[in-house]
Order: sequence, then C-alpha cells, then structure tokens
Amino acid sequence: MNDIGWIDGVLGAARPQAVGALLRYFRDLDLAEEAFQEACLRALKTWPQNGPPRDPAAWLIFVGRNAAMDDIRRRTKQVPLPDEAEISDLDDAEHAMAERLDSSHYRDDILRLLFICCHAELPSTQQIALALRVVCGLSVARIARAFLVGEAAMEQRITRAKARVAKANVPFETPGAAERAERLDVVSAMVYLLFNEGYSSRREEAEQRMKLAEEAIRLVRLLLRGFPAEPELMGLLALMLLQQARTAARFDAGGTIVLLEDQDRSRWNGAQIAEGLALIDKAVRHRRPGPYQIQAAIAALHARAARAADTDWAQIDLLYANLERLQPSPVVTLNRAVAVSKVRGPAAALALIEPLEATLSSYFYFHGVRGALLDQLGRRGEARVSFDRAITLANSPAEAAHIRQHLDRLERKSS
Amino acid sequence: MLYAILCYNSEDAVGSWSKEYHDETMARLRAVNDKLARQGRLGPVARLLPTTAATTLRKGRENLVIDGPFAETKEQLLGFYIVECSSLDAAIETAKELATANPGTGSFEIRPVAELHEHTIGQKQQKPAA
Repeated sequence: MNDIGWIDGVLGAARPQAVGALLRYFRDLDLAEEAFQEACLRALKTWPQNGPPRDPAAWLIFVGRNAAMDDIRRRTKQVPLPDEAEISDLDDAEHAMAERLDSSHYRDDILRLLFICCHAELPSTQQIALALRVVCGLSVARIARAFLVGEAAMEQRITRAKARVAKANVPFETPGAAERAERLDVVSAMVYLLFNEGYSSRREEAEQRMKLAEEAIRLVRLLLRGFPAEPELMGLLALMLLQQARTAARFDAGGTIVLLEDQDRSRWNGAQIAEGLALIDKAVRHRRPGPYQIQAAIAALHARAARAADTDWAQIDLLYANLERLQPSPVVTLNRAVAVSKVRGPAAALALIEPLEATLSSYFYFHGVRGALLDQLGRRGEARVSFDRAITLANSPAEAAHIRQHLDRLERKSS
Repeated sequence: MLYAILCYNSEDAVGSWSKEYHDETMARLRAVNDKLARQGRLGPVARLLPTTAATTLRKGRENLVIDGPFAETKEQLLGFYIVECSSLDAAIETAKELATANPGTGSFEIRPVAELHEHTIGQKQQKPAA
C-alpha cells in the first residue's frame, strides 16, 4: 500500500493557502516558497509516525514561518538561535496557532497569491507558468512538458517572471470589495486561459496538457470555496467541467479530432456534467448573468442534448446574443453564426459574419465557418476560396485535415 | 441496529490525489463494500458532489438560502434524506417543506449526489460468477 500517497494530497491541497499566508508574513515570494518547502520536508519526516495534524495548512504555515525566521536569524546572526525544543514541540502550539489564524484571511491570501502571478506586464503564458509553479506547486519539468518547451527554457521563463513580480507593489492589506472583485476578474481570466492551454487539437499533446485543465479546475474550486456566493465563479467552474466532460470523445481511435456534433456522447463524463449543471442551477438563482455563466449555459445545452440533432439551437442563439451584448467580440458573433445557421439558415448566418471579414481576415475559424456556409448555399467556388484560405491559416495539421475533408466533399459534389 | 457511517475529509486533499492513488483507494474501498454487500449488511452508499455544488437552507422566521455547505459548528448532523428533484429549485422547495414541518432552528444542506449504489439490507448478494 502506498502509505504516503495521502501526504502528497494534503501538502498539495494546503499549498495555495500556506504559501499565500507565508507571503503575507514575509512579503517575499522566494522566502515564502522556501519556508513552505522546509515545512513540507518536516511534515514528510513527522507525519508518517505522528499522523497528520488537525489543521495541516495551519501547521505548515506555523512550521514554515518558524523555520524561515530561524534561518533569517542565523544569517543575520543578531539574535541567538531559539531552543530547538521550542520549535519542534508543536503539539501545544498548534492548536493555539490554528485559533489565531483568522480563516477569513485565507481566501484573500490565495487570491493575492494568484493575483500577483497575473502581473499586467507579464505575457499570459508567463502568468500561467508562474501560477502553476508557485500556486499549484508543479515542478518546472512538469510545466515545461505541458508547454512543450525544454526544462531550462521554462526555468528561465519562471525566474524572469518572478523577478518582475517581485518589483510589483501589491498591497498586503485586506482588500476592499471593489479591489477584491477586480482581482477575482483578473485571476478568473488567467485561470480560464490556463484551462484553455489544456486543450489541444493533437492527441499526444492533449494528454500532456490535460494536467493544465485539471489544475485550472482545482484553482476555481478553491476560489469558489473562498467566495461561495460569486455566480461568475460558479459559471466558470461549470464551463470548465462541461468542456472537460467531453475529453474522452474529442479524438477518434486514429487520433483525429472529432467535432462536437460528431462526438460519441456516451463517452462524455456524466459526473462532470452533473456537477456543471448543478453549478449553473446555483448561479442562475443570483440573477446576475455574466460571460462565464452564459458560456456555461451554452455548454449545458450541448450537454443536455442526447444526440447532436436534439440541440436547442434557438436557445443557444439567444444566449450568444446575450453574450454579444455583455462582451461584444467578433469571435462571439462568429460562434453565434453557427447557431443562427441552424435556426434561420445559412444565408442569415452569412449576413451576420460578412461584416467581420476585415477584423477576422487572418482567423482560421472565420474562413472555415464562412466556407461551410457558402457550401450550404451552393456557392461552391467561393466556398473553395474560403477553405483554401483556412488551410493556409490552420494552426495544426488536425485543423488543416478537417478543412481538407470539406474540400474533398466539395470535389465529390462538383464531379 | 443500523449504523450510518459518514465520510469526512478535506475535499481539496482528496481532489489532489494522483489518479493512481485515487484508483487504488477506490479499489480498496470497493473490496470492503463488496464484502458487506455479500453479507447482506450494506444499505445505500452515496458519493456526494463537492461542497462547491452545495446550497444551504437556514431555518428561521424566514428561510434563508445560502450558497455553499453547512458551516456552523454549534449544530450537529441529525439525519439525511435522499430525494429525486428535477432541479435545485425543486430541491430547495422540498427542503422548505421539511422546514415548515420542523420549524425553528437548524439548517438543511442540499448536496447533489454524484453516485448512488443501492443495496438492500438483509439480501445477501452472491459473489459474481468468475
């Protein structure tokens, strides 16, 4: 039996809270991480014999803080070392410590830790890498593998990001409501990007990257536990779970990507769908719709359709219209066009996307969708031009292969 | 005597288990479940969805619907229901009915069930052939 399997879980779970609290004490990311590392080493030494403490995060914070203070004193040599017995005799101290640590601080500690990773001057991939290292505790090697880069390059990327972040002046006082809301917005966007990094159109990559999506889900869960009445967090978690539920159906046996409408829905993950739907139910009760909730509601309509043909496209069209109003973007309109084509036909959909040509002219999906609509209207020559354009813009062989199928079908029709 | 055995743990820690450790643990638990079922001693077994999917109805002069799990430490778990509901609203309505029947203090935590295995007590299950 794997006896320390549970310890890894407990340490991993306590990490965001513990590093967040240690950062609040030391106001230095490296010091906070080292202190946590030291506390973990001590936990691995003592927990297997003594069993886990009642509040593992409080234990780790307490032990980590003492270890780091000890280290600082030793280095500055100004204060004599404390008696070893004083710091190792934790049983009595632990309880008092857990009482003293105000649990309401924790959620702001975690939020601050994530927010620091979202430094505006860092490109989003660096924000994500930093969060994976600092908040989730993934090894540099694991992160490098997920991003398909060498370990040395990733190490350098994270070190640079940390240096940048160290110079940022993030306030350590408890944030006010407006500041908290702003931090939640920024952090949510980063975590959703992290989730999307977990998606790939190639199967081998998808397996490497699955971990990213799982970590993103873990982080939103953590945030939602801290801020249980935030409907957009419920929506974001639901959106991720409903998308993640389709993982097993996204590739066929040969590793080719399978589009939503052709997926074998019996392979979707029922538990994740159930959880996603339960979260949407909760969010809706707040009557404060937001972009994540709407996107989750769209994903839910797909999840609820037993067959692709049962999809409630009219409702999806309405939801996209709402999303367009809340968050106007040509990409949202493009997505809406797919729903419109199902409800009102390809001509209406084409009319909707024609004005986007200037903004989306170098966007793969735009030409793919446009080609498919023209094809449905029997305008084969123009369809071929769009598909050809899409192929030159494809981001992966799988995307190109998908468009080639369209072209092959066109060929067959015209011959 | 029937006993309910309620499972408590840090869901974040359980959520951080590696897939291998999760599968191993589930297999070990299943072995215990199977033994109990063969002896005819096992009733329903449920795994609940995470607390982030929970809603709590706090009883009072007016019932209060709160996001999240039951969090008071001064009240104790006294019982539970498993009810089929078409939506969260329907589940809240059911909890309100219970609150009307049993007014005053206390709460009902409403948690969606992830998995339910229904066994019948007193019915010995044969070891599956092969």
